[in-house]
Amino acid sequence: MKYLCLICAETVMEQMTETDAAKHLEEYVAFTQAIKQGGHYLGCNRLLPANAAITLRVRNGKVTTTDGPFAETKEQLGGYYLIEARDLNEAIQVASRIPGARLGCVEVRPVEESEQTCRVLGLDEPNVSFQPQFVS
Amino acid sequence: MDNYREEQTAAIVNLPPTHEDVVRERVNALYRSDSRHIFATLIRLLGDFDTAEEAMHDAFMAAMEQWPRDGVPAKPQAWLVSAGRFKAIDGIRRRARFDALEDADTLGDPASEDAEAWDDEGVEDDRLRLIFTCCHPALSPDAQVALTLREVCGLATEEIARAFLTPAPTLAQRIVRAKAKIRDARIPYQVPTPDELPDRLDPVLRVIYLVFNEGYSASSGVSLTRHDLSEEAVRLGRLLAELLPEPEALGLLALMLLHESRRIARSSPTGDLILLDDQDRALWNREQIAEGTALMERALLSRRFGPYALQAAIAAVHANAATAAATDWTQIAALYEVLMQVNPSAVIELNHAVAVAMRDGPAAGLALVDAILGRGDLADYHLAHAARADLCRRLGRLTEARTAYELALGLTRQEPERRFLERRLRELN
Repeated sequence: MKYLCLICAETVMEQMTETDAAKHLEEYVAFTQAIKQGGHYLGCNRLLPANAAITLRVRNGKVTTTDGPFAETKEQLGGYYLIEARDLNEAIQVASRIPGARLGCVEVRPVEESEQTCRVLGLDEPNVSFQPQFVS
Repeated sequence: MDNYREEQTAAIVNLPPTHEDVVRERVNALYRSDSRHIFATLIRLLGDFDTAEEAMHDAFMAAMEQWPRDGVPAKPQAWLVSAGRFKAIDGIRRRARFDALEDADTLGDPASEDAEAWDDEGVEDDRLRLIFTCCHPALSPDAQVALTLREVCGLATEEIARAFLTPAPTLAQRIVRAKAKIRDARIPYQVPTPDELPDRLDPVLRVIYLVFNEGYSASSGVSLTRHDLSEEAVRLGRLLAELLPEPEALGLLALMLLHESRRIARSSPTGDLILLDDQDRALWNREQIAEGTALMERALLSRRFGPYALQAAIAAVHANAATAAATDWTQIAALYEVLMQVNPSAVIELNHAVAVAMRDGPAAGLALVDAILGRGDLADYHLAHAARADLCRRLGRLTEARTAYELALGLTRQEPERRFLERRLRELN
């Protein structure tokens, strides 16, 4: 099953000292490499800080935009991992090793993989068996 | 580009399986048959559930990669245990560079215990160690059930959540906390000593029977049988009886098999409840009855039997009666009397009362039911009122029967039972 791990923190790497940021990045490199080897990795990205965000809405056919993220919280979304795990508890275990979990928090969100959703969105068929298929 | 890929895939599917496919299927088959056992051994070697789970995953990944190239090792399970152990130690050493809190030394030296760990006498006990740890009395009963189903049976968190009608995040956290408790309270990973066994076996049996009952008669919801849970409980019961053939472990397995033998007969195609009297006995599973009866006899012969073996004995009397009318109610009532002494409980008293009603007539049974209810016991138990209603109906005391059916209806949470009681109520009018 697939899980999206959203990494949120008050302090993003842009606000760290150069040494701290370099160390943090090195931890991310090691973590990413480890979950690639472990077969959990599906994708990841680091996001630019919230002040680079635009939020848009379409109302009555008109696009309106505002600066910043749509949710005003102290913690901001800094990046994400999309992972493959046997179940929610394995996903929690993998996500607990994300370096950002020690600074901020990580939201683990299951990806909707019902057959119907996959079909209408033209996605790959979900893995119906709960046993991991070790075919990469 | 996607079309090209699809064509490629289609071409591969139609080809005869390659050496690689065969070996990978072998790895998958090993995962299905042995992963829980390997996991249990890795917990012993690594001292931690989460580390062991990750290590096992990494070991199977390594097998997928290496076996097609290097061949399947002579002792694949031992290879997987050894690979998992080395991967875990390697991983912890690597992580220790970043996290000073983590102590790689607690794991010991991998070279001191070699790959032959699988051949140790202790290996058979690893699954038992895992069962006893998951059902440790320091954990809440809910946590015991969740942990046993995930770690011993290998079910996914989401599946357990669905079966118990619990939100998955609630269940996942229950498992996380239980594992933290095992770690923090340093719950030892071991099979209890003989003098601890009676106390420690009890929660294990209770967890298995609870899982069985959850599958056999769902406590709420529309479906009467959630068969997969019952099947899982029987599998667990078999494992326990094989590893630890204590009389009560045999008794529990016997009880589950004897109940399970009636599964098809106890609900109609529309999902309505069919009582024992009205069931088509040709639908009962004779193999399960024979196996359950033999196990029950073995348990009783030990003379150290308890409530599970006694309940199995009662179930066996029903299972071996050719017709409902041929049921030996004298024997059933006598077995309930022994059971009441071993395990005093108002629910068992109620069952005894029903057996007495069958042996001596409804008036004798009703007197016993009224005595229980008169004490204030079982006032909220729908089956007590349903039993009272049935006895009143048979005595022609229809107004009392109606009141009791209505009370029972108000208390039941289960859809098929509600429909059954409504049907009985209609028949009275």
